[in-house]
Parts: sequence; C-alpha cells; structure tokens
Amino acid sequence: MFENISLAFQGIWGHKMRSFLTMLGIIIGIASIITIVSTIKGTNDQIKESLIGAGTNAVTVQLSQDGSVYDMSWRGVPAGVLPITEDTRLQLADLDNVVAVSLFCRRQVDSYASDVAYQNNSYSGELYGVDRDFFTVNGFRLTQGRGFLADDETKFRKVAILDSGACSTLFGNASPVGELIEIKGEPYTVVGVVERSASSDFVIESIRDYDMYADTSGGKVFIPLADWPIAYRFDEPQGVVLKAASTDDMTRIGQQAEDLLTASQIADPNSGFSYKSDDLMDQAAQIQKLSNATNNQLLWIAGISLLVGGIGVMNIMLVTVSERTREIGLKKAIGARKRRILWQFLTEAAALTSIGGVLGVAAGVGLSQFIASAMGTPTAVSYPAIAVAVLFSMFIGVVFGMIPAIKAANLNPIDALRRE
Amino acid sequence: MLLEMHDICKDYPQGREVVKILKNVELTIDEGDYLAIMGPSGSGKTTLMNLIGCLDVPTSGTYRLNGEDVSRASENRLADVRNSTLGFVFQSFYLLPKLSARENVALPLLYAGVKKRERLRRADEALRMVGLGERLDFMPNQLSGGQQQRVAIARAMINNPKLLLADEPTGALDSASGHQVMDLFDELNAKGATIVLITHEPKVGQRAKRLRRILDGMLLREGEGGGENG
Ligand SMILES: Nc1ncnc2c1ncn2[C@@H]1O[C@H](COP(=O)(O)OP(=O)(O)OP(=O)(O)O)[C@@H](O)[C@H]1O
Ligand SMILES: [Mg+2]
Repeated sequence: MFENISLAFQGIWGHKMRSFLTMLGIIIGIASIITIVSTIKGTNDQIKESLIGAGTNAVTVQLSQDGSVYDMSWRGVPAGVLPITEDTRLQLADLDNVVAVSLFCRRQVDSYASDVAYQNNSYSGELYGVDRDFFTVNGFRLTQGRGFLADDETKFRKVAILDSGACSTLFGNASPVGELIEIKGEPYTVVGVVERSASSDFVIESIRDYDMYADTSGGKVFIPLADWPIAYRFDEPQGVVLKAASTDDMTRIGQQAEDLLTASQIADPNSGFSYKSDDLMDQAAQIQKLSNATNNQLLWIAGISLLVGGIGVMNIMLVTVSERTREIGLKKAIGARKRRILWQFLTEAAALTSIGGVLGVAAGVGLSQFIASAMGTPTAVSYPAIAVAVLFSMFIGVVFGMIPAIKAANLNPIDALRRE
Repeated sequence: MLLEMHDICKDYPQGREVVKILKNVELTIDEGDYLAIMGPSGSGKTTLMNLIGCLDVPTSGTYRLNGEDVSRASENRLADVRNSTLGFVFQSFYLLPKLSARENVALPLLYAGVKKRERLRRADEALRMVGLGERLDFMPNQLSGGQQQRVAIARAMINNPKLLLADEPTGALDSASGHQVMDLFDELNAKGATIVLITHEPKVGQRAKRLRRILDGMLLREGEGGGENG
C-alpha cells in the first residue's frame, strides 16, 4: 500500500506538466469552492459580530404585549405587571454564565411633547433610566465628563448623560457637560457623554427594527434609574440587560430570563403580556440563511466544475492505461494479481486528485484573501471545509479512476505483451 | 515429473471462424530438463509457451504443473503460480523503463510479499550471478541489449522458479551477447534449473538437452522433422 502511494507520487512527479494539466479541473473546482465557503464564513462571522456586538454579548429582555415590545409612552403603565424587585434581579444574576445584570426604564419621547429640552431645543429620541452597570454591560464608552456614581442614585441627584446622537441634537457642536437640560420640567445637569464602542457600520436590511441597536432615533438621554419616578411613575416595569459570558450562551440566557420574568412579574398570564428577549442570534441566523441560499447555488456550480475535473482525470487515466499496457502485461505475467493492478491505478488517480485538492485549497485561500483585500468583502478560513475539500477530491480520484483502473486490471497479459 | 500436458488444444476465433492453433499437444518435462522448441513462424510456439506459462488456459486437454491441475485454475491462482513456480524471459526483455536494474529484478518478490530490504538484497545477489554486480543501479536505457536480457534473466530467476521459460531470448541480440545469454542458460541448467526455450536459430536449439519441433500447431515427437530449418 505504502509502496503503491510512493510509486504513484513518483509517477506524477515524472510527468509534471501532464499531471498538472490533469489536476487543473480539480484545482479550479476546489479553489472556487474554498473561495465561496471562505466568503460565506466571513460574511456570517461579520453578520454575527455586527448584529450582536463583538464581545458585548448583551441580551435585552423587555415587556411585550402580543409579541411586540410594549411602549409605555403611548399606552401608559400596564396594569398587572410588577416592577422588578432586587430579589428577582439576583435570581437573574444567578442564571448560568450571566456575568452582569442591569435594569432600565425606557420611553420614546417626542419633541412636541417637550419631555426633554435644552433651552428652546426640544428633543425626539429615547429617554432611559439606568443603573450604573448599564453602560459597561451594553458596551458604551465615556467620551466626555463622568459616568453615574453611587451617590447619584442614593441622593437622587438630577444628573444626565447623553449619547453622541442626543448631544448633537440638543447642543450641536457645543460641549454639553455642566449644562442644564429640562426633563419633564425638572432641571438635570449633564455630567457626561457616551458612545457605543462596538462599531456597527454593517447595514442591516432585515425584517425588524432593533430597539437597542439600530441608532435611527435622535439619540439617547440617560438619567439614574432612581430618578425615574420623578419624571414618570414609580411602578413602571423595567427592562433588563444581561451580559452573557459568551455569544453562544445568549439565546439560552434570553429564554431563561424571559421565562423567569414572565412568571414572576406578570400577575395574569392571560393578559397578553410577556417578557421577550431581543433574539439577536436568531435574527443573525435568519440573515445568514438568506445569504447562504444564494451561496449554495454558487457551490453547486463549483461542484459541476469538479465533475468536469473528474471526467478530465478519467480521460487522462484511460490514456495512461493504454500507454502502459506493456507494463501492466509484464506485471501480470510475473505474478501481479488483478486487485494489485486495480489498486495501483486507483492510488494514482486518488493521489493525483488529492494533490489537485491541496493545490486547489491553497489557490482558494489565496484567491479569497485577494478578493477580500481588493473588494473589501469579509473572508474567513474554514478548516472543516478545507478538510472536506481535500477528502472529497481524493474521493473524486477514486470514483473517476475506477473505470480506467478496472480496464487496466482486466487486461489480458498476452494481449498486453503482444501489443508493441 | 514437473510438467505434463495431455491432448492440449487451443482455438482462437479469427473473424467468424474458429481456428485451431494447437492440435492435441502431448508434452512432459522432468526436473532438470532443458528443452528447446523450434518451428516456423506462426506455427504456434508462442501460443504453446503461453499455455505452459499459465498466461492462458487451453481450450481442451489437461495440464498438470508441479502436481497441480492448472488447466482450470482461477485467474488469481494462475497469477500466484506464475509468481512462485515460473520465470519468464521475453524476446524484447520487457524491463520497466522507470525502474533501476535491481528494482526491476526485485519486482516479482513484491508480489510474493517479501520485505523491501530482503527484496533488494536478493536482487543484488541475482544480478551478481548474471555478471551485472557492477551495474545494480543502472536504468534499462543505460544498458546494452545483452545486459538488459541478463537483467530479465535475473528477474526470472529471483524467486527460484521450478521452470524457466524463454521465448526467443536471443532473437533481439547480436551473436556475441546471444552467446553470453546461452552460456548463462547452460550454467543455470547445470545448477539444476529446468528450462524451456523457444528459438528460430538451430545453433541455439542444439545447445539444449532435448529438441522438439512444432509444425502447424502439432508438436512433433523428439527426432522428428529434423530436416527442416525453422
Ligand atoms: N489472440 C489471438 N487471436 C487470434 N489469433 C491468434 C492469437 N494469438 C495467436 N494467434 C494466431 O495463432 C497463430 C500462432 O501464433 P504464435 O504467436 O503462437 O506463432 P509463433 O510460432 O510464436 O510465431 P513467431 O515465430 O512468429 O513468433 C498465428 O497464426 C496467430 O495469428
Ligand atoms: Mg512467437
């Protein structure tokens, strides 16, 4: 067996040019498959990253009614839904692989209602009441001033933090730190400006609008959660942000938090209220499915080129067999069994296509890197795909080498030797 | 008795008809024998040799080789018999051009399942026996015709066959190298090898212990047909 393989490689090396041309179809086929798979993987990784926020791993769970997020600005504080107690918060923090839990209240505010204003500028966007962990859990970075302090909460200080969107809406280019803004008629001192650190330059063309993630609104204004009852009501149910230890935990944690909150906060299970998590993993999967569907068609086309490559190999192997009838005849005359001749040619075909596969993988990885750098598309090396590609090209060699090998094995030694 | 052929016939289809190439051949060979077969071109010498060499099976008749009925043996069994019991020398050598002399000689041992180191050791030994100890690593195209034929003889003898078959071994050689090859056969026979040799040349045929002629597919008895020169 080992002898066969080394002889096969010698034979291939002995006819470098011919072997290369024979492999070319396989090389091209495998290269295109690897290129496509690398691009798919790159795109998928990117979708996952930009949607979920690389490293943030934040799952948001909010009150919803009949499947969509319940908006308190329009419909008021719901009856029969309790505010989240410290006890429930600890239960959430105890879920497996939950790193941090943060509570928030949120309202959509409109400029005509003038809930939030700076001098004569009123503001449309989101208003949040948040605890101190909120910024780190969600991946916000402080760009000016300071964050919320423990004192801000315990002393009910009227302080506010703006995100860059709210900052430019209310203050233009001026620095807001130290200025007073009005929230529900009460003056708040702006103490800091934050910015989301996970870059989201990826364009999401999907079905749903993400409350937290698509920054389409005018911005976000944050006040301490403790101050929320000053502006709105003390019994308002909160939302929860949970930070998962790893991205793979997000879906499970989201579901567990949903179940826990729905059970503990909602008095009447038939009210249509429930807690729902932003199932970002699920949305990422949906978008990935969409791009995979088109890419799968490309893979089939590349598969056809592999088929053509295989037929090319078969063709050359048939030629090789007829060129080598004398060798085959002699080997049989001195005692080589049929099966040995069969194996010899099968090994040769498989070695040929395996080398083709390896070269194809190299070419494909190179090509996808080149395309990625030239066109700015994402790419990622997929090791399972590489292993499958090489094994599959070996398999092609066995399949398409079969007919030539059988032909060789069935040669009659007398005829083979007589042919000059 | 090493070999016993009884009432062997071989037919070949030629166009629509079936032509009888060998007709009721009777042949026995003892161990240590040295038989030459002569006959005109197309008389069936190679066909007979193929049957003796288990490269082909007879249309009818029985053939016992080394105590085994090989006239109806399976293809794999015939391959094994060729490998272990027979050695072949052909008119045009049939060395594999990509293999060195010693690799060519060692080839039958590969099929016998001998380990590589042992194969090469025995190949070197066989090449020394045919006087090519200096050219172990030569490629066939670096050797003269006579030397190539001696490599082929070394290959035929490597597995100590019961019977050495040679189909016109001197046919492609000049007379000097032909002589060397014939000397080698004499030497092998003297050491106890059994040899069957086909030839056109009377001088070559005369060196064998026995001579039988074949005419039109019929193997004549010893001493018959001596007037002919073919
Ligand atoms: N496979 C075959 N199919 C049909 N006819 C065949 C086949 N092999 C041999 N023959 C015929 O059998 C006859 C004898 O052939 P063979 O090769 O045995 O002759 P030969 O005595 O060896 O001749 P030469 O001295 O020229 O080698 C020839 O007429 C040849 O045409
Ligand atoms: Mg002949």
